[in-house]
Amino acid sequence: MEALIPFIPYLMIPIMVIVYLSTVPIMIQVERKVSAWLQYRMGPNRVGPLGLLQPIADALKMLSKEDVIPNHVNKWLYIAAPALMVFPAFFVAGVIPLGVLTIAGQDVMLQIGHTNIGILYVLAISSIAVYSIAFGAWASNNKYSLLGGMRSAAQMMSYELPMGLSILGMIMLTGSLRLEEIVNFQMNSVWGIVWQPLGFLIFFTTAYAETNRLPFDLTEAEAELVAGYHTEYSSLKFGMYYLGEYCNMLTASFMVTILFLGGWHVPFLGSLNVDPFVKQLIQVGAMAFKVAFLMFTYVWVRWTLPRFRYDQLMNLGWKKLIPLALANVVITAVVMAF
Amino acid sequence: MSVDHPEVIPEVTVSSTEELKRKLNLPRKGYKIGEDDEESIEAWQKHDTMTLNFGPQHPATHGTLRMLLNLSGETVVKLDPRPGYLHTGFEKLAEYHTFNQFIAVTDRMNYLSPLANNVGFACAAEKLLGITIPPRAQYIRMIQAELSRIADHLVSIGTHALDLGAFTVFLYGFRQREFIYDLFEISTGSRLTTSYTRIGGVMRDFPEGHVEQLAGFCKQFMMVFDQIEGLLNHNKIFHDRTQGIGKIGAEEAINYGMTGPSIRACGVPYDLRKDEPYLAYDQVDFDIPVGTEGDVFERYLVRMEEMKQSVRIIEQCLAQMPKGPVKVDDHTVALPDKSKVYGSIEGLIHHFKLIMDHHGIDMPAGEIYHATEAPNGELGWYIVSDGNGVPYKVHIRAPSFIHFAMMPRLCQGGLIGDGVAVLGSLNVIAGECDR
Repeated sequence: MEALIPFIPYLMIPIMVIVYLSTVPIMIQVERKVSAWLQYRMGPNRVGPLGLLQPIADALKMLSKEDVIPNHVNKWLYIAAPALMVFPAFFVAGVIPLGVLTIAGQDVMLQIGHTNIGILYVLAISSIAVYSIAFGAWASNNKYSLLGGMRSAAQMMSYELPMGLSILGMIMLTGSLRLEEIVNFQMNSVWGIVWQPLGFLIFFTTAYAETNRLPFDLTEAEAELVAGYHTEYSSLKFGMYYLGEYCNMLTASFMVTILFLGGWHVPFLGSLNVDPFVKQLIQVGAMAFKVAFLMFTYVWVRWTLPRFRYDQLMNLGWKKLIPLALANVVITAVVMAF
Repeated sequence: MSVDHPEVIPEVTVSSTEELKRKLNLPRKGYKIGEDDEESIEAWQKHDTMTLNFGPQHPATHGTLRMLLNLSGETVVKLDPRPGYLHTGFEKLAEYHTFNQFIAVTDRMNYLSPLANNVGFACAAEKLLGITIPPRAQYIRMIQAELSRIADHLVSIGTHALDLGAFTVFLYGFRQREFIYDLFEISTGSRLTTSYTRIGGVMRDFPEGHVEQLAGFCKQFMMVFDQIEGLLNHNKIFHDRTQGIGKIGAEEAINYGMTGPSIRACGVPYDLRKDEPYLAYDQVDFDIPVGTEGDVFERYLVRMEEMKQSVRIIEQCLAQMPKGPVKVDDHTVALPDKSKVYGSIEGLIHHFKLIMDHHGIDMPAGEIYHATEAPNGELGWYIVSDGNGVPYKVHIRAPSFIHFAMMPRLCQGGLIGDGVAVLGSLNVIAGECDR
């Protein structure tokens, strides 16, 4: 067993890819079903038992659609932009820990890369997505796309600031940028949401803005901009934007769980009299449950709230969230000093 | 086809596709919007604005409305409404149809509340004819008109919320509208194209048990208020998007000719059901909700309250509705029963005269204007008759057309998102606007 330990990061690569790729069809199904339940509808129920094969049908449809490249687009940027959306979405998976396993007396982190700049890495890579949207919008040579791209660039840039500031408090408390150490800190004390309630709220809000989901979906605001930045996209290129959006949601949910909801920590599990290995599996399950619940809230919020207006979104970001996040940092520092 | 008209491609006679392309020379014209519009080119050069073609195919225009927006960033500098993309020639059609035939055309005008159009036209024609319909028919018409008012407001609020991003409100509204359409199907035989009224009454009486069904609907309908108000009334985002948006003062609104829920939101208690009661509206008790600000949010609130008042009216109508005939007993106006048609020579002649082309009802010569309070506002019918079986001329005062003309006043200076909110709150229906 001990010989297996060095290979765990390599084994994690296919596992994370599967986690990310399988989440997307599951989320599409959940999105459609939950929205249907919220709205007195049935939702998809024709393909397969209880409509469970609907995501496969959706994916096949998307694959088999004609791939239209309009004449007036900037061809190379137009093709490259969707790829640029998917690439960072998968790349951030590299540092996300799923749990911890004890193999032959050693604690092994279920994580691809053990880097000491974990959070910075996630923030840095995930902000590449804005280029994808801006390039796609620009290359489309369409006024609606252009407006969507402008909104998106402004929105994602201004919301990255409060997002970074809101997790600063947590980093100050733990003294580490490693995601696994932030979880360990919470396992030894209480969850981050108790330490940093304000930080949690700000991060949770900005996560919605960063993933362009309602109430912050101004970049694709259907009623105003037709489909925003992906108006001219079809077939799998559109599918890649779709894929990227759901992958970003998953990453954001992972980050909320790890930073503020104790990661794989399960309260009172230590007092349970079961095999340590089973406990660790329960912890991985707990992590999955927390992430799934956060993903569900994405859907829940989307079908409940109206969307902001462009200037209101900017006001919220610059005039409310950033001062609050700064105040949070100051308060944390003052409390820690005494 | 006019060659001079800037928006119409001139007619050309060609022998080959190449020649056609050369003659038209319009390969890029399709998306260079505004190049025919001298004013917008000027503005584009002066203020460095971008012209955006909003519609006719656009998710927020719910139909085929077109607006040309001149944008500076996201701010709407100039808005130019361009009606006519759903032009159907309903007014011209009226000159070729007998009065009863035209009722089928009115269905297609405001397709969210076809019955209100049916009732409006029938009332106008009866005013010209100088007849009063039996009380039961009046009450039936009132019930149907109020039901269609509820259906219209539900869709109006729903699509308005949908444009602001709140999808669920739309489907809560649509669910209730389905119930109303089920009721229409029972009473009129049709869900959308009802064509229920006839000159001199209604097509047929309510079927057995329909009064109970209506009462049952009214009871369960109150639920939708909790659902919609729970989602919107105390929602900060909804407040931000609607309060103070598309604001207009009472005096200016009157000058523009605004009517219906929109002007009541400005604080003007103008409602034809109270001011010039038609049918039996003077015998039922209801309130007119009025606002103070005249913004998008108050138009929403007024519509919500009006639905409650409509339910009140329906409940009173159900209680007060007398028994009796639903058509006038004058067979030069209303069709005789089939037994009379087959059993008596007079019946057969009346039937023949009413049904045959260019006979119809013998309308007196003259002109008349009659307006009813349609869900969107004052729906006026100006009918000129030369004593023939068909109208000489019909003009329809469509509230949507007048409200659409107010779009520049309400939207200029705001953002694109505001324009969408205002358009949704005015509930401009293309079919009615371009009739």
